[in-house]
Amino acid sequence: MSVRRLHSEQPESFAFSQENLDWAATQIAKYPEGRQASAILPLLWQAQKQGGGWLSEPAIRCVADMLDMPYMRALEVATFYSMFNLSPVGEYFVQLCGTTPCWLRGADDLKDVCRRQIGEPGDISEDGKLSWLEVECLGACVNAPMVQINDDFYEDLTADTFERLLEDLRHGRDVVTGPQNGRQASAPEGGPTVLKGDM
Amino acid sequence: MSERVNVTVDGIAVEVEPGTTILQACEAAGVEIPRFCYHERLSVAGNCRMCLVEVEKAPKPVASCAMPVAPDMVVNTQSESVKSAREGVMEFLLINHPLDCPICDQGGECDLQDQALGYGVDSSRFEDNKRAVEEKEMGPLVKTVMTRCIHCTRCVRFATEVAGVPEIGAIGRGEDMEITTYLEASLESEMSGNVIDLCPVGALTSKPYAFTARPWELRKTETIDAMDAVGSNIRVDVRGREVMRILPRDHDAVNEEWLSDKSRFVWDGLNTQRLDKPYLRVEGKLQATDWQRAFDAIATRLEAGAGQVAALAGDLVCTEGQFALKSLMEKLGSPHLDCRQDGAKLSGPRANYLFNTGIAGIEDADALLLIGTNPRLEAAVLNARIRKAWLAGHFPIAAIGQPSDLTYDAEFIGAGPQTLKELVDGKHGFAEVLAKAERPMLILGQGALAREDGAGIFAQALALAEKTGMISDGWNGFNVLHTAAGRVGGMDVGFLPGEDGRDRDGIIEGCKSGDISTVILYGADEIDRAELGDAFVIYVGSHGDRGAHGADVILPAAAYTEKQAIYVNTEGRAQMTERAAFPPGDAREDWKIFRALSDRLGVTLEFDTVDTLRTAMFEHAPQLARLDELVPAGSPETPVAALPDLDEAGFAPVITDYYFTNPVARASATMAACAEARRTRAKAVGGTGTDG
Ligand code: SF4
Ligand code: FES
Ligand code: FES
Repeated sequence: MSVRRLHSEQPESFAFSQENLDWAATQIAKYPEGRQASAILPLLWQAQKQGGGWLSEPAIRCVADMLDMPYMRALEVATFYSMFNLSPVGEYFVQLCGTTPCWLRGADDLKDVCRRQIGEPGDISEDGKLSWLEVECLGACVNAPMVQINDDFYEDLTADTFERLLEDLRHGRDVVTGPQNGRQASAPEGGPTVLKGDM
Repeated sequence: MSERVNVTVDGIAVEVEPGTTILQACEAAGVEIPRFCYHERLSVAGNCRMCLVEVEKAPKPVASCAMPVAPDMVVNTQSESVKSAREGVMEFLLINHPLDCPICDQGGECDLQDQALGYGVDSSRFEDNKRAVEEKEMGPLVKTVMTRCIHCTRCVRFATEVAGVPEIGAIGRGEDMEITTYLEASLESEMSGNVIDLCPVGALTSKPYAFTARPWELRKTETIDAMDAVGSNIRVDVRGREVMRILPRDHDAVNEEWLSDKSRFVWDGLNTQRLDKPYLRVEGKLQATDWQRAFDAIATRLEAGAGQVAALAGDLVCTEGQFALKSLMEKLGSPHLDCRQDGAKLSGPRANYLFNTGIAGIEDADALLLIGTNPRLEAAVLNARIRKAWLAGHFPIAAIGQPSDLTYDAEFIGAGPQTLKELVDGKHGFAEVLAKAERPMLILGQGALAREDGAGIFAQALALAEKTGMISDGWNGFNVLHTAAGRVGGMDVGFLPGEDGRDRDGIIEGCKSGDISTVILYGADEIDRAELGDAFVIYVGSHGDRGAHGADVILPAAAYTEKQAIYVNTEGRAQMTERAAFPPGDAREDWKIFRALSDRLGVTLEFDTVDTLRTAMFEHAPQLARLDELVPAGSPETPVAALPDLDEAGFAPVITDYYFTNPVARASATMAACAEARRTRAKAVGGTGTDG
């Protein structure tokens, strides 16, 4: 982890879209009267989504106001969880797992791809399409190495497949999520090895 | 009450209330437990782990500050495991602490230093780089060196709980946790300096005091504050003749252990703008002179006998001085004197002008009505007490006056006398709340009293108090909140118009018409010189402020830190200040000035020591002799004089600029910086600032 700060350049203001406002109301309604602050995580998350993948200071304030919380309390939450990006990210935000299983299976190669294609962690590619960060285990170790891009996992990557994946995304081509080597979910590579016969 | 619980601490048996924490039980047994995050006036955080103790049958050491006692618990604080636990915690705390004590202002009074000495080991096994944290901007009062922070969160809890401004927080987490205010703004609080005392290390220190002194070179004097009428107990630290800083002292019934920012940081005002010589106006210009000549000038003036002489006392003056001046006025045969320089319509028995409930009594009340007062600005520490009662729950609060953020929910039900009238007539819902409450109280501020119809408003408030059962056996919920430290003392010694005497307005009137030819302004700086017309003005006071600027003779007096004198707080609690430093230059203690002047005027006052003065004063006001006691004042009474009609105008705020309410504060560069910071902040947040 590293020290997380609000971005140096902030938008003027932030307001939820009507659709998100309605959705937020359903979240807040889940909690008893006077406990609406409990809805802070979903609301911040939605604000991040609406804000293009990152949380701006006005967005944090907006959520705090909606939940009747002091700004400081909302800022504490936003800085505590690494799932909240405090600076802008690319349209496709790559979270690259660098924890031991992925690392053993070639995460370093993937990082090299990122460096070549995008830049240093946190940098946004010139076309604004891509940015990346190294993260800790995302829980898909069986299919290591893997990355998460926006809401989806891409697994069983190699430098080549990953490079192609990034290119495809950049050019708006359709991509398959999940294993990139033909594996079915987390079944053994090359197909099932047990329970093959008739039952 | 439930059964008390027996606990054994290091073999000492103690009996405590159920729900007591182990740490408190240890204290009851006289066993000291080291701690950082625990503070008895804040909620329990349990995050520093310094207070670990061994509890029989518990598998692991227990954080004693967060664990309540159980019956027959056996606690051990001296075992090997406790010792090594403390050493371990200390070693971890010091891993990321810079150990920069030689350049740290907390040095010599640092909990971490003390406890590292007492419970730590003498060396470190840590060989890597220490973390470093960027400094955080917290305004003109609080200096931060955040690398020193041990994340006890005392400051966060104080701001949130006591001060009621949840603006300090901890961002990030784990090793990267940092304490900061939201966007590094200065705290929007009149109590922010208290985080400096609370911070157990040197992360938050006093900015104006930075690098000016070490605690061991200071002479410490325990005395009383005069910046508001709370009478906060303070300690004034002096080096040579110069006040270096002011700190709060514990007094559970008054300021607990808090102090308002003005009281704490005003000290540079005590060292600047001082009147250290008598002055005389010669051909329109003030010129330094000596006491003899100044007195001669006054004598000449009075002997000319063209008109009458009057006296007005200001906000910071002591009881002795007012008594001496009053005695002098009597000798001079003048009944024209008034200590209510704001023109507050207060009179009658003591209970009419005291905060009868007592500051600690606020916690017993169960409903509150504020009338023409903003206690947050007028008495910040008392306001913290209201907030404390409000946090405890079941404490409905309503206010009449200009809406502002008081740090608790107060329903602003109206602007002026009209609403008060409605309450008296039972036409407003809150009247019922008050009537239903068992111990309701109201606080009448100077904003409601210092106006033409003040006496009428007073009568209405009293009527409401009587109607809603605020005054009964054992409970008096009728309160007047003063803003001037000297006022209650002045009222007590009767620094008020004598028979056929003029009050403040009358004196000003008389100056204009020429009936009054000489006015003694005793520390009265809020009087507009222009209003005094051609009168000859004698200013007696400590600072070259408004009063001195327009004076014809200036007699330099002592400030509240430079004399041993009695001040009576808004509750009627008489407290004695002690001299922390000598008055500068030729300045003298107030009562001595009046005594010497009486001599020169040929009407020598009987007392020539402060003791004989006090004996005479106590004869007049015996309650003053009972230091630090709340002498019951009985019940307030409706003024007998004809009551004026109520004006429709809303109550105006008493304090428009918290940082500039008196001559000392106006002389302070720190206060000016605070006011500036608040203005910039108010601008930055689009005018949602809460300054009244
Ligand atoms: S700044 Fe001081 S009071 Fe605040 S958390 Fe750090 S050590 Fe504790
Ligand atoms: S180690 Fe990469 S997903 Fe678990
Ligand atoms: S004092 Fe108990 S954990 Fe800090």
